Amino acid sequence: MTYTTNEMMTVAAARRLKNGSVCFVGIGLPSKAANLARLTSSPDVVLIYESGPIGAKPSVLPLSIGDGELAETADTVVPTGEIFRYWLQGGRIDVGFLGAAQVDRFGNINTTVVGDYHQPKVRLPGAGGAPEIAGSAKSVLIILKQSARSFVDKLDFITSVGHGEGGDSRKRLGLPGAGPVGIITDLCIMEPEAGTHEFVVTALHPGVTREQVIAATGWPIRFADAVENTAEPTEVELTALRDLEARTAAAHGQAPGEA
Amino acid sequence: MAEILSLHDAVKQFVNDGDTVALEGFTHLIPTAAGHEIIRQGRKDLTLVRMTPDLIYDQLIGAGCARKLIFSWGGNPGVGSLHRLRDAVERQWPHALEIEEHSHADLANAYVAGASGLPFAVLRAYAGSDLPKVNPLIKTVTCPFTGEVLAAVPSVRPDITVIHAQKADRQGNVLLWGILGVQKEAALAAKRCIVTVEEIVDDLNAPMNACVLPTWALSAVCHVPGGAHPSYAHGYTERDNRFYQAWDPIARDRETFTAWINEYIHGCADFSEFQAKLAAASEAK
Repeated sequence: MTYTTNEMMTVAAARRLKNGSVCFVGIGLPSKAANLARLTSSPDVVLIYESGPIGAKPSVLPLSIGDGELAETADTVVPTGEIFRYWLQGGRIDVGFLGAAQVDRFGNINTTVVGDYHQPKVRLPGAGGAPEIAGSAKSVLIILKQSARSFVDKLDFITSVGHGEGGDSRKRLGLPGAGPVGIITDLCIMEPEAGTHEFVVTALHPGVTREQVIAATGWPIRFADAVENTAEPTEVELTALRDLEARTAAAHGQAPGEA
Repeated sequence: MAEILSLHDAVKQFVNDGDTVALEGFTHLIPTAAGHEIIRQGRKDLTLVRMTPDLIYDQLIGAGCARKLIFSWGGNPGVGSLHRLRDAVERQWPHALEIEEHSHADLANAYVAGASGLPFAVLRAYAGSDLPKVNPLIKTVTCPFTGEVLAAVPSVRPDITVIHAQKADRQGNVLLWGILGVQKEAALAAKRCIVTVEEIVDDLNAPMNACVLPTWALSAVCHVPGGAHPSYAHGYTERDNRFYQAWDPIARDRETFTAWINEYIHGCADFSEFQAKLAAASEAK
């Protein structure tokens, strides 16, 4: 089957969610990938949304973080304060699954402003739940489309910390979680290098060249000693993804938002 | 005891110029009708608090009601930016808007602290983030038992909170369910609280442990069916996703926005007239 680069990205991200893991899901691309995982390789993944649903099993993708579908299909719905206090801060989240407007080489995330904070060129939506997900989830996955504008040499603003300045930054900051363990894009997969915690390319998606990745990264991106080739999406994965998107479009009268 | 009032009278009586106002609802149960009524009555200099300022605060900010915004995520969910919020922040239109920015975990904890009568909330947050650099109210506190350094943030204690809910009884006790967000905490953190509801019934028939706000903890209950639109009330109305999309071009431009506010808010006596006008306009398409 032929497939798009966006489909490859979603499938590659979905494969990273282990069956049975407890996942705190951001809206948009993370939610799409997490639900694809639940519908394919990881039927027992537990999806938690910051609005309150725990164990959500939506048959269509939510357009907003608080869609009724999430509540109706959840094991329980708790107040938002409880989500952050008992379930996230309480240490019960295996994987925080985040999107981003911009990332840097250490997996730090900006969703606040482009330009100066007080005189912004572009005002972005802001933090939402991400800073504490990034801090307290046992590990973090980041999914976003790759370009030199989104993978930047220096962030104008660190909304949610990844590996800080690299090295043992997280330890020095006293953060409980291990931080980002993977960045999944439409071109490749990056993982933090041991020691420096700088993200390096560990897998290229089928047909993607190193030059493409270099051109789409705002810092001098490095490649791991052994760069793997991402396996193409299987028919099962693609069918599940397309069915999910078709159900979503039919239910909402529009494609799922990625904002 | 909550009085059962019209929304007009409740806003007139309980929302004042200069108040700190929280219109809460985490995507679900957003008190849109109350936001419209605040605009209609021309309230000014409000400090608006809300975790997720979406369309309702885009309207209040663009209409010039707000002096300051306290928030943790400002966007049109699933669609994109809030153009009126951005215009106020980036180009001071219709006037400058002070912003005080937090994270969700922070504001959720700050509402819990407010409802608990505490001056501040403590949470494990913000290490490595730049937010404390631009918000001096985010401070740290050292745990007296373990020495751990934790974030300390001021509690949210609005002058007035407004929420939407499913049901009230004739005494003004309120029942809500589904995605609760911070509705209960915001209601109990405030000095005064207005609740708009889908229906008023003889008996709530609330299950044990259900989320019920007792009448004596509230100021007013108003019967406003569909009052959360384009948000929804679980069991009563569906989220109007198309309206969220339609809002984007309306809000993108100052003139189209102002024309919309004049026609659909100032040009309507109340929310039911607004709903009728909106339905007629959508039918005409």
